Amino acid sequence: MSNENEKTLGEVLRLQGITRRGFLKFCAATTSLMALPPAMVSRVAEALENARRPSVIWLSFQECTGCTESLTRSHSPTIEGLIFNAISLDYHHTLQAASGTAAEEARKQAMQDNYGKYILVVDGSIPQANPQYSTIAGVSNLDMLEETAKGAAAIVAVGSCASFGGIPHAHPNPTGAVAVSDIIKDKPIINVSGCPPIPVVISGVLAQYLTFGSIPELDELHRPLAFYGKAIHDRCYRRPFYDKGLFAESFDDEGAKKGWCLYKLGCKGPTTYNACATTKWNEGTSFPIESGHPCLGCSQPDFWDGGGFYKALSIPTENITRNIIYASAAGIAAGVAVGVMNKAKKARANKSHQKTTIDDLKK
Amino acid sequence: MKDTGTGELRVEAGEFLTCNVEPLLHEVRHGLARLLETGETTTIDLRGIPMSPGEEDRIMDELGQGEVKAQLSALGPSDIIETRFPGVWLVIHHNSENEVIGKFIEVCEIPQILRAQREDIHHGLAELAERLA
Repeated sequence: MSNENEKTLGEVLRLQGITRRGFLKFCAATTSLMALPPAMVSRVAEALENARRPSVIWLSFQECTGCTESLTRSHSPTIEGLIFNAISLDYHHTLQAASGTAAEEARKQAMQDNYGKYILVVDGSIPQANPQYSTIAGVSNLDMLEETAKGAAAIVAVGSCASFGGIPHAHPNPTGAVAVSDIIKDKPIINVSGCPPIPVVISGVLAQYLTFGSIPELDELHRPLAFYGKAIHDRCYRRPFYDKGLFAESFDDEGAKKGWCLYKLGCKGPTTYNACATTKWNEGTSFPIESGHPCLGCSQPDFWDGGGFYKALSIPTENITRNIIYASAAGIAAGVAVGVMNKAKKARANKSHQKTTIDDLKK
Repeated sequence: MKDTGTGELRVEAGEFLTCNVEPLLHEVRHGLARLLETGETTTIDLRGIPMSPGEEDRIMDELGQGEVKAQLSALGPSDIIETRFPGVWLVIHHNSENEVIGKFIEVCEIPQILRAQREDIHHGLAELAERLA
């Protein structure tokens, strides 16, 4: 494994039969995905040619595997795929062939061989209400994160769950889910938020590290400025409609058919920072707003608790007056009945629920 | 969206545009002037510029097609097309599934990627020498 890691990226690509022309094409696309000026291609080529393969340990905690799926969904040799191949992915429990004890040994071996130099990638949030809510090989997510972070050169928190807690963190946050940055305070952390993040943004961060051996410039939420420096709204092609006050009022009205701004349908583009409007999805085909759906704001903290995906930003999230007016006598009666049913259901669930402990897992 | 008659569907530019087409064409004009005066080349990454559906097609229409069209086969096809303005090239990189992974306007005498690369020439020389040995 160590000898493999001594190879430069140029050597690895040549071993895969990639010519210099192919390498230049790879560098042009990589420069583009890092949002660097095209004039930087030759510098990127020189740096990538001589870059050593970094060891990467990827830990998945409370997550849906959507982030891994986003990065690896293609079977073709995409730029993301090539960058992914250019790293030494020493541990990823979804992708690796080894399982059980052998898998955990691979993680420990990679940590030992590359102590202080490996990149730790984390997807998923970490439960703190009860460590047994999420364990890997009997080890709680919290313990595994703390142990693996110690020898990491930097940590990449992939997805909104690892960056900000994400959906597990949404109210009422039953597992006490937190972000990586809530636990690890003494390592550089790069948040690559999104649900999931754009695949080229994930690989762009890895490419940046491969190219320059450093972490990219970050915003106040520790996200790479190259991708999260502008609001979706600022780079949205529907922005001229917003400026002219032309809005779709429903999904099938004349404004929607003419492609007008989706602000009134709840678009979170003005408060969401991400590269969707220019990098786009599915190899640059489109992005949600281009497909006629408002931005959900998935790369922002607590997007799930933002008060409603289809509620315009200018409308207060808790409209108490309106709720009181709408609550007719019948509605109140129905609400009380549903509330009583829910309470009974919750009590039954609590009564029958047995918590799993580490000791149970060892039996 | 309209059928071009060739089976290809094209998105028509809407009533309101980002208005990025004209400035981009001016940037190309400045790049050409610089190429003539100083030999400095210019590359514009089209994927870094916001455009409404149909606007990119408008740029392609404005640039048109010139005398040279080459295709590179490395990590999927790449189209290198000289536009009707000599010295202005359109370089489109695809992956092996023919999905676009990069789209650039290059203002230069010949795009770097079309030149035979020294590393590949070394490799070719060694291979030919081995075959003749």
